[in-house]
Amino acid sequence: MAQAFPRYSNVLTWVVISGVVLGASTLGVAAMVFARTPYATHTQIALTQPVQFSHAHHVGGLGIDCRYCHTSVEESGYANIPPTKTCMNCHSQIWVGSKMLEPVRESYRTGKSLEWNKIHRLSDYVYFDHSIHVTKGIGCVSCHGRVDQMQAVYQNGTLLMEWCLECHRAPERHLRPRDQVFNMGFQPKDLSQEDGSPHTQATLGTELRKKYDIRSLIECSTCHR
Amino acid sequence: MSSMNMKEKPTMDLASVLNKLESSEGKQYWRSLDELAQGEGFQEMIQREFPRQAAEWTDPVTRRRFLTLMSASLALAGLSGCRPPGGKIVPNIKDPDGVIPGRSMFFATAMPLAGYGTGLLAESNQGRPTKIEGNIDHPSSLGATDVFAQASVLGLYDPDREAGLTYLGKPKSWNDLIANLKSELTKLPKGNGFYLLTETITSPSLIHQLENELLKDYPEITWVQHEPAASDNNITGSAKAFGAPLQHIYQVRSADVILSFDADLLGRGPAHLSYTREFSSRRDLEKLDSMTRLYVAESTLTNTGVKADHRLALRAMEIERMAFLVAFHLKIEGVAKPKGLSAEAHLWAEVVADDLSSRGKGTTLVIVGEEQPESVHVIVAAINDKLGNIGKTVSYIDPVHVRAGDRSKSLRGLVDDMNSGKVKALFILNANPAYSAGADLGFKAAFEKVPQRYRMGLFHDETSRLCHWHIPDSHFLESWGDVRAFDGTATVIQPLIAPLYFGHNFQELLAGLSSKPNRDASAIVKDFWKNWYESPAQTALRSSVPFEKFFRRSLHDGLIEGTRALTKLVKLQVEAVTAVIKKFEASSEWKEGSKDNLEITFRPDEAVFDGRFANNGWLLEMPKSTTKITWDNAAIMSYKTALDLGVSLNTEKRPELADGVYRSPARSFGYTGGEHGRAYVDTIKLSIQGRDLVLPVWVVPGHPDNTISVQLGYGRERAGKVGTRDVGADVYKLRTSSEPWNALGLKAEITGKQHVLACTQSHHYMEGRHLVRSGTVAGTKENPKWVEAMGSAGEEHDEHAGHDHKPGEHKHDEHKHEEHGKTPLSLLPEVVSEKYAYKQHKWGMIINLTTCTGCSACVVACQAENNIPVVGKMEVTRGREMHWIRIDRYFEGNPLKANTLKAHYQPIPCQQCENAPCEQVCPVAATVHSYDGLNDMVYNRCVGTRYCSNNCPYKVRRFNFLQYTDYASVSMKMVNNPDVTVRSRGVMEKCTYCVQRIRHAEIEAEKRGKLKAERENRALDRSKDCQIQDGEIVTACQAACPAGAIVFGDLVDPNSKIAKLQKKVANMNYSILEELNTRPRTTYLAEVRNPNPKLETTGKGHG
Repeated sequence: MAQAFPRYSNVLTWVVISGVVLGASTLGVAAMVFARTPYATHTQIALTQPVQFSHAHHVGGLGIDCRYCHTSVEESGYANIPPTKTCMNCHSQIWVGSKMLEPVRESYRTGKSLEWNKIHRLSDYVYFDHSIHVTKGIGCVSCHGRVDQMQAVYQNGTLLMEWCLECHRAPERHLRPRDQVFNMGFQPKDLSQEDGSPHTQATLGTELRKKYDIRSLIECSTCHR
Repeated sequence: MSSMNMKEKPTMDLASVLNKLESSEGKQYWRSLDELAQGEGFQEMIQREFPRQAAEWTDPVTRRRFLTLMSASLALAGLSGCRPPGGKIVPNIKDPDGVIPGRSMFFATAMPLAGYGTGLLAESNQGRPTKIEGNIDHPSSLGATDVFAQASVLGLYDPDREAGLTYLGKPKSWNDLIANLKSELTKLPKGNGFYLLTETITSPSLIHQLENELLKDYPEITWVQHEPAASDNNITGSAKAFGAPLQHIYQVRSADVILSFDADLLGRGPAHLSYTREFSSRRDLEKLDSMTRLYVAESTLTNTGVKADHRLALRAMEIERMAFLVAFHLKIEGVAKPKGLSAEAHLWAEVVADDLSSRGKGTTLVIVGEEQPESVHVIVAAINDKLGNIGKTVSYIDPVHVRAGDRSKSLRGLVDDMNSGKVKALFILNANPAYSAGADLGFKAAFEKVPQRYRMGLFHDETSRLCHWHIPDSHFLESWGDVRAFDGTATVIQPLIAPLYFGHNFQELLAGLSSKPNRDASAIVKDFWKNWYESPAQTALRSSVPFEKFFRRSLHDGLIEGTRALTKLVKLQVEAVTAVIKKFEASSEWKEGSKDNLEITFRPDEAVFDGRFANNGWLLEMPKSTTKITWDNAAIMSYKTALDLGVSLNTEKRPELADGVYRSPARSFGYTGGEHGRAYVDTIKLSIQGRDLVLPVWVVPGHPDNTISVQLGYGRERAGKVGTRDVGADVYKLRTSSEPWNALGLKAEITGKQHVLACTQSHHYMEGRHLVRSGTVAGTKENPKWVEAMGSAGEEHDEHAGHDHKPGEHKHDEHKHEEHGKTPLSLLPEVVSEKYAYKQHKWGMIINLTTCTGCSACVVACQAENNIPVVGKMEVTRGREMHWIRIDRYFEGNPLKANTLKAHYQPIPCQQCENAPCEQVCPVAATVHSYDGLNDMVYNRCVGTRYCSNNCPYKVRRFNFLQYTDYASVSMKMVNNPDVTVRSRGVMEKCTYCVQRIRHAEIEAEKRGKLKAERENRALDRSKDCQIQDGEIVTACQAACPAGAIVFGDLVDPNSKIAKLQKKVANMNYSILEELNTRPRTTYLAEVRNPNPKLETTGKGHG
């Protein structure tokens, strides 16, 4: 009886099998790569807002502290978006006729809230607490990036769990002195070590971690409840 | 295949049950007849964690019902894995003062129920009330809550609430209504012909508006009260006994011996939370010598009866005779020995009377249920007087509710007036007489003769349907008002949220009719209290602070100082008592009960009360404490009565597939034995005075013979989407206004049809190990180590137990005993000290079985705190209820001897094992230990294998078989706790020890410590700076518990309450199934009772 399959089918089989294996793993890798792309994580995407509020102007230019608007960041898990009143504190005095600010004035007049588009959208099963992070010496910039240089705010970190864990596993990578938490431009080298040489993040972080007695919390229920 | 098996299997019959019972004299705990008889089907059932084909939707009918309940929530289920689309952030225009976005706030308020208030703290999350806690300063709460208060937030967001003001179905404005009412009133001379029907009212400002404004302007208005689940017999009784209508207040704390005549001291009534707290303070395991003793003579088994040291089961109508018998033994003047009653009852009365009279004056307490007739209240007043209790353990105040004495009677007059055409207009506030008026009155027919009918209420119910005007009322969490508690203390009810559906309440309506219209409720309430504060009577109070400050403080504290009612000095009217005694003797002929002349007893339901909570899923799904039935009511009777009536107790039989009864699900499951929530029971036709009703039969051991107890509040025709169809039967159809609590002359007949009850009774069977350990004060003194001994005895009955039982027929294997205690539990070397050495925190829980009254407040509190979904009756019958804490109820003794029968409650949350069996089998590490030893459950990792649940020896894990959480109803989203993840389909869940509260406290402590160290300019020392204070973390179940039976805290901290308790009563502390070496963090304190040795020996018939 003649062979049912010609000799070259051996090669073909191997090509097909390895093709399937390679293809599947490539797909798997591709999926994992895709999940980390800015498209999938919504990073680096600025949205149109009802008012073109510029953090670069207000924070970078005028030097307004983060907490002037985000008042609850040190007390609550949730860092609030300011009420219309906060805008009007200044803008009832300056730029009162600006066309750009008309939605703010309208909101104040009519009592109808401004509706901002959400940039940072954490999954509902994650319970992030702003207050403990700023109290423990994590700067705003560590997660949010240089907001003081953003014309329109975009999401800086991926907000993936691995991104959180990167710091939770080794908090010294991002620790800074408490009084520098809201300083967007802080550099470790601005501070000097005991021997007078400038700090690096490694030396500063290690020192602060010890001083602040900071644990590495990577338990599930730290964030998921 | 399975049906073949079922046919061949010998079914469990009565003979086999009785045979088993013959030999059940020893100490044996059991939960159902099936279990006691150990039929083969039962064995098969308990060996399977999940019922056969449980994951399938097998029945189209039930699926449709399920879809109705869950509405469109399924449509969204598939999207849950995707990243959500961007949302909006909508900030305020101006932030209110004192509000920190993202942090919850608590406001003191009070919940009125049947007129009486319970002081509460309502938690507000960004303006949404989400959770209720007790107000520790308020006398009727003392920090605890009951199930109704816990479930009230769900009632607030109920999408079925009446949403708009309408006249004949057309939308109308508030001004239209006021104009209409005014013109109606002016048409009638002085309001003659205008009738007002309300529920019980204690609100001082509302009473003022009614009496001093409305009834002054229109003096001929007739005001009627209707309160179907309350009685004024205690008040009319005291009117006879003391010459003035009075209300009693008990000092349970000061009573060494309590005798209850059908009073559910710990389970019902406006003061029950406070009484439970006082009672449990006298059941202290650390002070065994001063433990109080509770005798209960009652009809249907109540929570109080379960906790009693001695319980005598009597028909409700026999209680009166029993009270006179005790009075006779106490030598109350003029009381002759009443005829009748069993020999057992006679002995009981003698021993109890002896115990009462042997104690010091004023150290005992005799109480009566308000459902008992006047005469019992009078004779008990005489007994308390004789024992010197008046002024000591029982005191009297003026009635707290307005027009006391007429609320159960005046409805008949209204119906007569409606029939005779006197009633030209009737305004009904909240009461639902079309449903609850009683069968003899013919309320509906009479009502339809009234030309103008108004209804103000929360729901569009049976009464609204018959009305021209529908006026939505506001919920107590969304309107201003005030209410008084059982001792007279007034509380201002403050709103937590703007009205969801409609902006006005009844007080504003009355204001609109008065000469000063346009006052809103807050102004009405505040003005009233201002006048009160500035009245001459309050001079002493006023001297300290101005009114504004006083009012703000009252709002903050949740009670108004100086409103507590003053105790009255009373004197027993001897002639009146003699007259009552004479009347009793003249009227009393003794009738033995028989199955042809049964007694029926009506009681408010512990879940839906009088029917007002019939649309509340949390309450409907709460297993009732003694029956463990959900979503239904039943005709409750004793075994003997069930046998006499020919009820088949064979619950393993396949059900009849008749029309109108549940059909296919049973077939697909293959068995029906009551395991996994499914109980097929016979239905019975009850008929009395020409009215009949079909109810499912439920047998409760300890129930008196020849009497049937039924619960009010079910079978609603128009309750809302949840409570309307297939939810119990309406027993108001059998109830008359003349005999509202118990009536003789009931006939019962088996219908031949069956009914499925969703009963969680023998779910989670734990195969007869010593899970509940119960002993006595005397036994503990004899052998303080009995708890441990009982545990090592395994399944065997133990002679060292606190009870003076004989060992029975069980032969002890002494050798095995000894070995069991010594054998190490693991082959591996003990690494415990290292592995479980949690340095900072080690959270643990102790549940005290001595004080737990089984009230289920913890179950509903947990549901509210942890966003636990309601699954519906059909899902419960598949064993899929989602409660994270359940209360197991065990019986002990012979079910045919009601008076020796004991019942025990045991709440079971996740035991938080150190060696957690669930963690070892999870393939995706979705359940793991945390650094402080919690057994974390990670929803977003869970893939739903259910291995963990299969491996859990305590059966505390719950699986979302379907999309139970309602994502579709907008208002239902608002009830969710924002601190807890809302779970979706395919995810396992379980008790977390309220980890959200632990983490919150931890974060607060860390922040506190960090700032302190910073202020003092030094490095942080976590062990000193970041301490969480003992009591800072309170779990939801612990907070709700009126008995204080749940203690939570840090086992590492030697000064914590839990660590101290563990040390002080170490001999009472045990873990369940410790032989599995799971090392649970949740442990139990054994149950200790204080029985009277005289009754204990004679009652058992041996020993």
